[in-house]
Amino acid sequence: MRILSLAGRRLAASIPTLFLILIGVFLLLQLAPGDTVDALMAQMGGGDAATARELRKFYGLDLSVPAQLANYLWRLVRLDLGFSSIYGKPVATVILERLPPTILLMTASLSFAFFFGLIFGVIAARGVNRWPDTLISTLGLIFYATPSFWFGLMAIVVFSVYLQWLPPGGFEDIGTVQTGIWRIADIASHLVLPTLTLGLIFLAIYLRIMRASMLEVSNLDFVRTARAKGLDETHVVTRHVLRNALLPMVTLIGLQAGTMLGGSVVVESVFSLPGLGRLAYESVVQRDLNTLLGIVFVSALLVITVNFIVDLLYARLDPRIAAEG
Amino acid sequence: MDLPRLEINRRTALLTSAAIAANVINPMRAFAQETPRKGGVFNVHYGAEQRQLNPSIQASTGVYIIGGKIQENLVDLDADGKPVGVLAESWEATPDGKTVTFRLRKGITWHDGKPFTSDDVAFTAMNMWKKILNYGSTLQLFLTAVDTPDPQTAIFRYERPMPLNLLLRALPDLGYVSAKHLYEGGDIRQNPTNLAPIGTGPFKFVKYERGQYIIADRNPDYWRTNAPYLDRIVWKVITDRAAAAAQMEAGELHYSPFSGLTISDMARLSKDKRFVVSTKGNEGNARTNTIEFNFRRKELSDIRVRRAIAHAINVPFFIDNFLGDFAKLGTGPIPSTSSDFYPGPNTPQYPYDKAKAIALLDEAGFKASGGNRFSLKLLPAPWGEDISLWSTFIQQSLSEVGIQVDIVRNDGGGFLKQVYDDHAFDLATGWHQYRNDPAVSTTVWYRSGQPKGAPWTNQWGWEDKAVDGTIDNALTELDPAKRKALYAEFVKEVNTELPVWMPIEQIFVTVIAARARNHSNTPRWGSTSWHDLWLSA
Repeated sequence: MRILSLAGRRLAASIPTLFLILIGVFLLLQLAPGDTVDALMAQMGGGDAATARELRKFYGLDLSVPAQLANYLWRLVRLDLGFSSIYGKPVATVILERLPPTILLMTASLSFAFFFGLIFGVIAARGVNRWPDTLISTLGLIFYATPSFWFGLMAIVVFSVYLQWLPPGGFEDIGTVQTGIWRIADIASHLVLPTLTLGLIFLAIYLRIMRASMLEVSNLDFVRTARAKGLDETHVVTRHVLRNALLPMVTLIGLQAGTMLGGSVVVESVFSLPGLGRLAYESVVQRDLNTLLGIVFVSALLVITVNFIVDLLYARLDPRIAAEG
Repeated sequence: MDLPRLEINRRTALLTSAAIAANVINPMRAFAQETPRKGGVFNVHYGAEQRQLNPSIQASTGVYIIGGKIQENLVDLDADGKPVGVLAESWEATPDGKTVTFRLRKGITWHDGKPFTSDDVAFTAMNMWKKILNYGSTLQLFLTAVDTPDPQTAIFRYERPMPLNLLLRALPDLGYVSAKHLYEGGDIRQNPTNLAPIGTGPFKFVKYERGQYIIADRNPDYWRTNAPYLDRIVWKVITDRAAAAAQMEAGELHYSPFSGLTISDMARLSKDKRFVVSTKGNEGNARTNTIEFNFRRKELSDIRVRRAIAHAINVPFFIDNFLGDFAKLGTGPIPSTSSDFYPGPNTPQYPYDKAKAIALLDEAGFKASGGNRFSLKLLPAPWGEDISLWSTFIQQSLSEVGIQVDIVRNDGGGFLKQVYDDHAFDLATGWHQYRNDPAVSTTVWYRSGQPKGAPWTNQWGWEDKAVDGTIDNALTELDPAKRKALYAEFVKEVNTELPVWMPIEQIFVTVIAARARNHSNTPRWGSTSWHDLWLSA
């Protein structure tokens, strides 16, 4: 399959990029004043100079910057992400622990945004310039313009404090130990508000794109042909317009998988979710270089994987791409 | 889930209103007639995760709030702030002050069943307090050995006299004991026990899920009879302050310690009868807001300029309008909560006087050209929103007397590095945290000869032989009355020279569910073991 080799080539091209990113982040962090021992001192509320010297040795900070970088890259080649100074365990373990909440949240809110964006986009396009269109577009604009931390806090105030329908934060209920289906239900109930908060902002983008793309495709010749051969409107929309209008949406998913990881720092903090975003933030504040580089590495891998899948999806949606290469 | 609005019947309504009335006077004795109830889970807001939980190797409230329930100290403070024995039953010092003997309580066991003995105390003191513990390494600098003639006796031997009242006031924070059999041989910092602590305290560590929660359950074999009351404590990691306030309101949290919520949320919840919002129980954690001067700037090495800056800032106005009831006017490095050392307000003070500030600056020869005399770089610490507000207030106040201030913000590590190591600041502002004795926390801000890079120490490029002398004399003075007089002298001297100005005094604010009983009943309550804390129905 041509498309597979195409996607494969793109995959191979991303490996040098990945290394450049890691080196860049490493050097950028050297520019930040203070190291992980300063951050630890800040947390402890003081300590003497001898302690600081000993801690620097303990964390391997007594080496020169190039030596530290060389050490890091050599470890990375052997697929060793190193040791986290704030967590006192291997970075790979720390990240693996934090990955499930982030991926759950990301998948849930992306699916939510994609699905409802698609539906509302189609409705808006079919009723263009009439009241459904105006209503949907206005709401979309409001969602898009609202900062997510405010959205999150208001959701907590309304649904957790006043109505008491949903838990205000956390990943699962700590009070009772649950198993099986009940645990899944419990985690799901904890994820409803964060998913909505993160998803609503992206929903706005998806529905705008879907609306524009529907309108564009429905004016094309093949749609007129479809109508001319007597197909009913629903058939025209689902079989001909929708499939072609989906391409920009799929592109957007690939682009936004990366944004979602960054965007979830705020949502994870507001809802106290133990995700990658918060871990990254903490690693920066604590100057935990290994953990931060590990997260960059894993995030980059995620983005590359998602884009790989998107490449394959293109071919599925539009056979011309696979044929022409 | 708690539904407070469904609980109200006549009795609780009466009790609640009585409680509100009593709370104004004394939140603790309001329910003295109630019988303590066993059971219940106490949920605590944990704002900033630490790297480890053992208070024997890290002195900070973020560790005490958890480790202080699991491990215990030799001595703690009672309701009046006087030392009271915990693991130690009694103590005495020889007249020369070089030997302090602690008699330990009998029949105490670690959570893993091994007996607690003086060997544990000796091991912890020599290997943790003296070598690793921040502040401890300074306090125990002259500790040479701890002898253990029998399992219930630990004799601390010092090279230089150690004032007993300094040691007893420092040990509540710097005297947590760890088990020798778990730490012996091997790197103490890397010991896995630091993240799954084992102690002698009323609560046993159960589980730590990083980024989410920590759980400790009641210790059925605890040495105090009938304690603890709670079945379980859960610390929930919530980094967003506004979200933590919402969780308090949703009933998911019972307690947010150490000013963990935003100023506006604390003010709002103080009007809600489901909560008690108070500075009570945090007197041992007083702090002052600072302005730190860098003497490497020639303008700031002129005492008239430092005094002019102090006179130019209207501190009472700032407190009234930004900090409200949670702060008061400070009078120097020793806060008024320190009953043993507070010298009173009659030391040199710098009340707001703009005309005087301008006169002093003119006299110092810094004339305004185009409204601007000179510019200064101000580095605010990122610890709390009060510092951020205070730095903006400094900026605006000083612009009125012709000093332009540029604010440079950093995160924690960056701030410490730039101020205390690189000295890349003109003015810095943060907190000076007072730890019950000036020798523990305060004199390092003024004593010369501090190694470069040691945070919260004299890095101002300022040295004063007289002040150094007073500090050194007070450190080894054994007579409590004379020590107090020496520290009064010290405050007078540093308020005159003004290398650091400490014009605001604050105590951390506790927000706690009104259902909690026996809370805030000692000056460092948030850090203590909570053996007597209980939740009413």
